[in-house]
Amino acid sequence: MRLVKIVERLLVAIPIMTGVAVIVFFFMRLTPGDPVDIMMGQGGAVSAGEMERLRSEFNLDKPLHEQLAIFLLDLARGDMGNSFTRQRPVAQLIAERLPATIELALGALIFGLLVAFPIGIISAVRQNSLTDRLSMAGAFLGISMPPFWLGILLILIFSVHLKWLPVQGRIGSDVHLTTITGFYVLDSLLTGNREALVSSLRHLVLPSVTLGAAVAAIVARVLRSSMLECLRSDYVKLARAKGVSEFSTVAKHALRNALIPTVTVVGLQVGVLLGGNMIVEAVFGWPGLGRLVVDAIFARDFPLVQGAVMVYAFTFVAANLVVDVLYTYLNPKIEM
Amino acid sequence: MATTTASESIPSWRYVWGVRWRLWRQNALEFWRELHKHPISVAGGVVMVAYVLAALFAEQITWHNPELGSLRNRLLPPAFVAGGSWDFPLGTDAQGRDLYTRIVFGARVSLAVGILSVAISMVVGVALGALAGYRRGRIDGLISRFADLLMAFPFLIFAIGMMAFLGPGFVNLILALTFKGWVEFFRLARGDMIAEGTREYVEAARVTGQKPWRIVVGEMLPNILPTIFVLTTLRIGFMIVTEASLSFLGLGIQPPTPAWGSMVADGRNHLLNAWWVSTMPGLAIVGLVLAINLFGEGLRDILDPRLKLE
Amino acid sequence: MAEPILELRNLTTVFPTRRGEVRAVDAVNLALYPGQILGLVGESGCGKSTVLLSILGLIARPGRITGEVLFDGRDLTKLSNRELRRVRGKEIAMIFQDPLSTLNPAFPVGEQIRESLRLHNMLPGPSFWPLDSSRRRREKERVLQVMEEVGIPAPEARYRAYPHQFSGGMQQRALIAIGLACNPRILLADEPTTALDVTIQAQIVALMKRINQEHGTAIILVTHDLGLAAEFCDHIAVMYAGRIVEIGNVDQVIENPQHPYTQGLLRCIPDLKERSPLQPIPGSVPDLAELPSGCAFGPRCPEFQPVCAKGFFRLQPVAENGQRKAHRSGEVHMARCLRLTAYRIPEDD
Repeated sequence: MRLVKIVERLLVAIPIMTGVAVIVFFFMRLTPGDPVDIMMGQGGAVSAGEMERLRSEFNLDKPLHEQLAIFLLDLARGDMGNSFTRQRPVAQLIAERLPATIELALGALIFGLLVAFPIGIISAVRQNSLTDRLSMAGAFLGISMPPFWLGILLILIFSVHLKWLPVQGRIGSDVHLTTITGFYVLDSLLTGNREALVSSLRHLVLPSVTLGAAVAAIVARVLRSSMLECLRSDYVKLARAKGVSEFSTVAKHALRNALIPTVTVVGLQVGVLLGGNMIVEAVFGWPGLGRLVVDAIFARDFPLVQGAVMVYAFTFVAANLVVDVLYTYLNPKIEM
Repeated sequence: MATTTASESIPSWRYVWGVRWRLWRQNALEFWRELHKHPISVAGGVVMVAYVLAALFAEQITWHNPELGSLRNRLLPPAFVAGGSWDFPLGTDAQGRDLYTRIVFGARVSLAVGILSVAISMVVGVALGALAGYRRGRIDGLISRFADLLMAFPFLIFAIGMMAFLGPGFVNLILALTFKGWVEFFRLARGDMIAEGTREYVEAARVTGQKPWRIVVGEMLPNILPTIFVLTTLRIGFMIVTEASLSFLGLGIQPPTPAWGSMVADGRNHLLNAWWVSTMPGLAIVGLVLAINLFGEGLRDILDPRLKLE
Repeated sequence: MAEPILELRNLTTVFPTRRGEVRAVDAVNLALYPGQILGLVGESGCGKSTVLLSILGLIARPGRITGEVLFDGRDLTKLSNRELRRVRGKEIAMIFQDPLSTLNPAFPVGEQIRESLRLHNMLPGPSFWPLDSSRRRREKERVLQVMEEVGIPAPEARYRAYPHQFSGGMQQRALIAIGLACNPRILLADEPTTALDVTIQAQIVALMKRINQEHGTAIILVTHDLGLAAEFCDHIAVMYAGRIVEIGNVDQVIENPQHPYTQGLLRCIPDLKERSPLQPIPGSVPDLAELPSGCAFGPRCPEFQPVCAKGFFRLQPVAENGQRKAHRSGEVHMARCLRLTAYRIPEDD
């Protein structure tokens, strides 16, 4: 029965992804003026013939619905067109940069959850204590700080002044690493490259903290909130009356129920992670998808921007799917 | 038993509005009392107002040109650091422009974008939400599907995508932010409207022959306003941060108009020797957003303790 | 009579509040004998549930418990939390009022019952997975046994079911199963039937009676329904504003109620045969932070005398013609009222 639900969610995801693609398709039509013109950077010394050729390459001479159909069919085949500035297929460029972005997102997520869970639980158990108040104040700060500024602040403190951590990049420029999966941490583990492991981890710290701070703040608050409610519930009363230890009561009986609304919120935070990802990559010079997009925007490389935005959205949809499935496992009332 | 005619038993509009005024006054007094219990939130509100006033009277409280500077004055430190002066209280940037002045003028941009985008999002979202929530059926389905689709995009990605194609500028920024911004309001309004629709007074109003629009606007809407108001306050902070992020990337407000985000970006190249260029504008953002969030929290506590979860 | 299995001596539970100290339980003395069913009766807020929670030491800070709770010769109020945990659920079990909210919605019912067994080491064996698989099997068998005993049909299928998939009566039976799993000597039942339909109520009451008879489990039943107590209990203690105002054998209290509050409660029970009009007790339960001086029931008492507001009455034995009349079980019927003190008022006939 659970399998049916999972398949159901998968099927629903397809029209959503199609819809996403359609919206992104219409993005390009937003540009005031001729897209090809803009891509060429108006006033470029390009012949009219060249422009015509480009126009037909981008199918701009065909009627709108035909363009859309071609666009979607190509997409289904994995073809997102060619990057204008780099003369290579967009899909390829994105695939090259994707592991870096995912590594950063995962790092941020792990950091965020590792921080949020203890804080959320302890704050709830010791409500109104100093720990609680400080944690909630910190959480408030966390959601009020723009990620780009936090990143710069951290660089200022840890890289410039204390010189503990590196400023930019993903790995030391003097370190050699053979990449297998594209995930530097994983690759250094797989190849037994200790120097690379240390270097890649050191480079991962500040960006992950920057990106994960907002997530940690929000998840901590939600977790605390639901824990408070669960700790006041009748079944916690029963657990204590049964003789369950205080630790088990909190960690097993209360937490299990508090996770249910929390997981939903974590799912929403993935969107924040993906969005903020662009900013953090720009701040830390992280060679991922975000950097690619920002460069592409300034270079007016529309196909690349289109492709990247779609990939981000698809990732978000996929992540929400995972969260949904997780939710059905956690909440016994959602079983068919 | 005496019989009554219809015109005697249904209270007149004057009476009804008299009751409503007294109820409102009661609520307002209670609100005032509640406000006293949340000193931190009130402090947040005061800071917010301070920012707004500073933005409005920017010319009066600054003495330098926000967009033009002299290279003689480049990268001067703030007043409390060695080498600084009170003429440039927060220091200067790489082009010799006074940071304090730019920050104050930058408040105009941030507040304008934040408030305007949230206001438009709210109006559009609540209108659509009320429509969808009250009417249900195909309209609801259509709009909800579209909203779901928009929600498949992370907010910043969508905004960046739109800005990439629209091009930078104030109007485009507002457009990009509201295009996705209305969805949250829509969902809240729709959910609340559906819940309200099951309440008895709606049925009663319908039975007495009230026109549907009067019911929605006159009766139901006021009841869902508190939660909408809370969401509005919280979203302003979010929009301000988003605008700053876009400006940071160079996709938002263009130079030389001062915008906090682009100011932080400008300072990146000078982190080693002039940390204040990036730090000061950032502090301004944090101050404003923190104040807004604190105020919004308190508001939420007072108006709707149900809304404890984000 | 044998020795009491549980004895409350001067049990007092106090909660400090902004408006002063609230004595939810005020100098309560109770004795429970093996195999007995004692009823604690009173309206909401009179402290009867708090008595049960105080017995198991489940009062959260800043509440304080003073007095003695003697169980098997040990004073439970002096035990550490760890030692108390060994008593809770095992020697003294508690069941609560609303089964749907008391059962943990995230875990299957069978697992929740099994938890008691594992917690108190009822079927010893290794503790860690996967070494404990045979122990789990034995525990599961015992759980099925208990489920059957409390009357849950098809226990094998229901073992893995979740609480929300059970009906109200089934849920309450599950709660009772949790309570019974470790064969406790005492069962504390806090309004177990209040949330249920009348027909299910009867079933649950019959179940508890059967448990009492077959296992010799002593029961303290807390309820606001005097009729239920009359039908089910051996002894009744009536509470008001944290104090016991009348106590005795069920025959004594029901047939010869002495305290005006008890009399009032009896009048509240609709009599299907006589069809007389209901006579509610005027007024409402007092705010424990602002108790009237003297007798707490005074403001609502039809027999109020000015002296009632001045004095604090102790529990006195009920006398008939100057003779203390004891029940055949040896119990003494006592009540806390002006009527029973030396100042006897001439009655109007």
